[in-house]
Amino acid sequence: MEPQTRLTITVEVNGTSHEHEVETRRLLIHFLRDDLDLTGSHVGCDTGNCGACSVIIDGTLVKSCMLLAVQADGSKIETVEGLAVDGELTQLQQSFSDHHALQCGYCTPGMLMSATALLRQTPKPTPDEIKKGIQGNICRCTGYWNIVDAVTAASGQEVQSHE
Amino acid sequence: MSETLAPEQVLVVEETGAPARGFAGQSIPRKEDKRLVQGEGVYVDDIKRHGMGYAHYVRSPYGHANITAIDLSKAEALPGVYGTLTGEEVASLTDPFFQLATPPGSHIKDYALAIGKVRHVGEPVAIVVAKTRELARDAADLVEVSYEPLPALTDARHALEDGAPLLHDDVGSNLSWKGSFEWGDVDGAFAEADKIVKISELHFERFNSTPLECDAALVEYNRGTGQWTMYCNNQFPGFAAIMMGPALRTGIDKLRFVTQDIGGGFGNKITSHPQLVACCLLARKLNRAIQWTEWRTDFHLTMSHGNERWFLDTEVAVKADGELLGFRTKALDDAGAYLRYEPLGGIIWAQVTAGCYRWKHVKLDFTQVVTNKAPCSPNRGYSRMQHLWFTERVIDIVASELDLDPVEVRKRNYVKAEEMPYTTPNGCIYDSGDYSRMLDVGLELIGYDTIEERRTEAAARGKLLGLGIGSTLDSGTNNFAQSRMINPELQFSGNNEVATVKLDIFGEIVVTLGTTPQGQGHETTAAMVVADIIGVSPDDVNVRAGHDSYWNSNAGFSGTYASQFAVTGLGAVKGAADKLAGEIKKLGSVILGCAVDDLELAEGFVRMKANPEAALPLMACGAIINANNAGLPEDLDVTLNARYVYRPPFEVPDVERKYGNLTLTYAAQIHLAVVEIDPETGVYAVVDYAAVDDCGNRIHPQIVEGQVMGATAHALGAATHEAFIYDEDGNLLTPNFYDYHVPHAMDMPPLKTGFIESPSPFTALGTKGMGEGGGAGIHSVCSAIQDALKPRGRPLVYDSFNPYHRIWEMLNDPEASRSRVTVESR
Repeated sequence: MEPQTRLTITVEVNGTSHEHEVETRRLLIHFLRDDLDLTGSHVGCDTGNCGACSVIIDGTLVKSCMLLAVQADGSKIETVEGLAVDGELTQLQQSFSDHHALQCGYCTPGMLMSATALLRQTPKPTPDEIKKGIQGNICRCTGYWNIVDAVTAASGQEVQSHE
Repeated sequence: MSETLAPEQVLVVEETGAPARGFAGQSIPRKEDKRLVQGEGVYVDDIKRHGMGYAHYVRSPYGHANITAIDLSKAEALPGVYGTLTGEEVASLTDPFFQLATPPGSHIKDYALAIGKVRHVGEPVAIVVAKTRELARDAADLVEVSYEPLPALTDARHALEDGAPLLHDDVGSNLSWKGSFEWGDVDGAFAEADKIVKISELHFERFNSTPLECDAALVEYNRGTGQWTMYCNNQFPGFAAIMMGPALRTGIDKLRFVTQDIGGGFGNKITSHPQLVACCLLARKLNRAIQWTEWRTDFHLTMSHGNERWFLDTEVAVKADGELLGFRTKALDDAGAYLRYEPLGGIIWAQVTAGCYRWKHVKLDFTQVVTNKAPCSPNRGYSRMQHLWFTERVIDIVASELDLDPVEVRKRNYVKAEEMPYTTPNGCIYDSGDYSRMLDVGLELIGYDTIEERRTEAAARGKLLGLGIGSTLDSGTNNFAQSRMINPELQFSGNNEVATVKLDIFGEIVVTLGTTPQGQGHETTAAMVVADIIGVSPDDVNVRAGHDSYWNSNAGFSGTYASQFAVTGLGAVKGAADKLAGEIKKLGSVILGCAVDDLELAEGFVRMKANPEAALPLMACGAIINANNAGLPEDLDVTLNARYVYRPPFEVPDVERKYGNLTLTYAAQIHLAVVEIDPETGVYAVVDYAAVDDCGNRIHPQIVEGQVMGATAHALGAATHEAFIYDEDGNLLTPNFYDYHVPHAMDMPPLKTGFIESPSPFTALGTKGMGEGGGAGIHSVCSAIQDALKPRGRPLVYDSFNPYHRIWEMLNDPEASRSRVTVESR
């Protein structure tokens, strides 16, 4: 028997249900970006190191380049596009802007998803807990200091100035 | 912590449209952020076109080999494959890229794909285009290329030896460029010296900034007009255009570059012109849009490494009291397999010949060679970083050998604030600054007065603690005439950037720019400058995102590179906004029936200074000129669409003497690092860090601090973890983020930042370009390691890249590093 190379999957992404036929080898990140046009999640490596593609699947933070689309069948996926409601930024998104926690913005969607997952689990994280929470996300612009500050502030804690 | 220069040192600039209010100087929310935090940025790979084909490269697995055959038949037979491109076609359809070098380097033939021979692992050999990313990759695997492997050259020090593998037959040797530089009275300085410190070999390692978004393009060809549109992330379209036009045998009017959001650049995205040419050929050949997104491994294998450089047979002339008179050295630069932007690095370093110091007598012989490694191109701090690392190493090695205090020897030899503007031995003009004061700010931030207690405390825990300093310049706004010191035939000089500012029908203020921002917040800072001049809020100013050659707001040097936006970009914006302000007032004087000088722009109106009630809203001005202009005086020369080309005040330097001003501004960064080393294993950590910046007037302090942080992180990565390491066959051992470790959040030390502001007397806004940084983190970590290891036999740090094993080696055999240095007393 020929191996099955296409499957129809059903996923809920940011509250919207999608039924879609995909190649079985299609990575979840390419399914999101190329098939669903959700281009907020990015690709920054081909080895699972950079975290630019991070999304939350059924409550768990996942690098969507390390999963096939078919493995996500039946799941609920949250991406960066689902954070703000009607253009109203979440506290975390606003805090990223306030603290200049982004420059080019390429890592930002993945970083926001990692930080969102962290804050759900640990509402008042210490700086070390924040660093651990975003350890799987590479940022090449900021050196992370302002990201740690932004997450700290978003959790309602005081931030020390660097100056 | 901050200090502002005393007023007497602030050099006042003649300004025509001096900002009345001040958004400039405030850290307002970035205009870019709202779209970026919602995942609504548009990066190249986000753009799609009907029927587009995905391009995938077939790459060389060999460092050096002849190509004997390419069989595309299996790939072309795969359903879903749209077509292919090979070197043979490229050779017939294009001309080799223009070379900046003189002979012998000018004989190098560089095309969009390898022709007959491959010269580094990962070199593009063919391209397959298919319906999906996955199919293109499958098809590329079906391309059969036969190679005849050749011995590889991977150590530049052997490149010019008899019998070394020869990369380019047409060149006849592996030499790409060499030049000799001598300023002052070098022999006299050595005759006058009390001590001569000789250093046999120092080495600056190969790495780059690895922007998180790789190179990419979506290229369309319009058959009717013969024009290509490239949605891309090339960061210097001005340069790409002059490389690509002649290669494609077309005018640059046929090359439309479009960028929007770019996921980091750091200079690494300057030299994607070979890939863009390949995509152009495919778009025309296959008559469909071509989508190319580089994979991370491809980026590491082929794009834009930072130059590896040796400094050989260095000699330093020093007086007994620690005054540094001069130095001699031989720089040996490894350019990789092709010259792309090189050999410009052979002169760019000379912008900072003297570093922060008052060296008067300098001799440097620069030799650049090609090797079987990826081509080099600008990388944050391009060519100056290597040289500044060298000057900082020299200072610390001299201090260590002559028992001088590294702080005192710096302060004694820094260019002094009262000497500004200061002319260096090679004619560069440091515009303003106070390096001693910056160092004081840094010493206070790092807690210098308690460093000995910390050393003792660390020793009690079995750790070696050390403090290091990195003093650097961030030279910005190139005078491109310096290229003539590489090749006197080149017809480049000066610099420019373009902006337009217009007032539209409903009062919209719209700005276009030739720059290609990659995170530097140009939309925000440009809006602030316009807002201050036009008398509105930055929220009222719409700055078009990115670059588009269709906007008529670009010129030969347009782009974002080499620390210059705050001078060239904002200079253009200010010029255009001043022009627009003048036109609005001219129109206002006609409508309100008064003199132009009686008017001011404020709160969204042009109004009479004496009677603010007599006012015309900007919206009315826009409507009158654009849609309701009957009856206006015939001689009223007002379009409300102002274009300004900023051109810095440069002369062509003396090419013969290699003397003249190479850059307009000199921002400075002085960094201090504290490291703790485990003497058993050599493992170390940066435990404290301070970065002090001076870039003149800061338009947006938060963005400036962000750039300082980013440059610091790059340098810390390069100091300890990041290196492109090749084996002797030319295999890259660090071809992805698995093997090439960039800093993660947990790698970052505590950071304190400080600044002073020394306004530039040479720029319209008193600003200086900044962002690259000069690699101060590398220098300060090297310095701190040497300081920490001092009690263990005084080993000397001789490499820019210090992974833990090298520290272990220095701990266990300090003499091996010490044997590189001798001191001669007179």
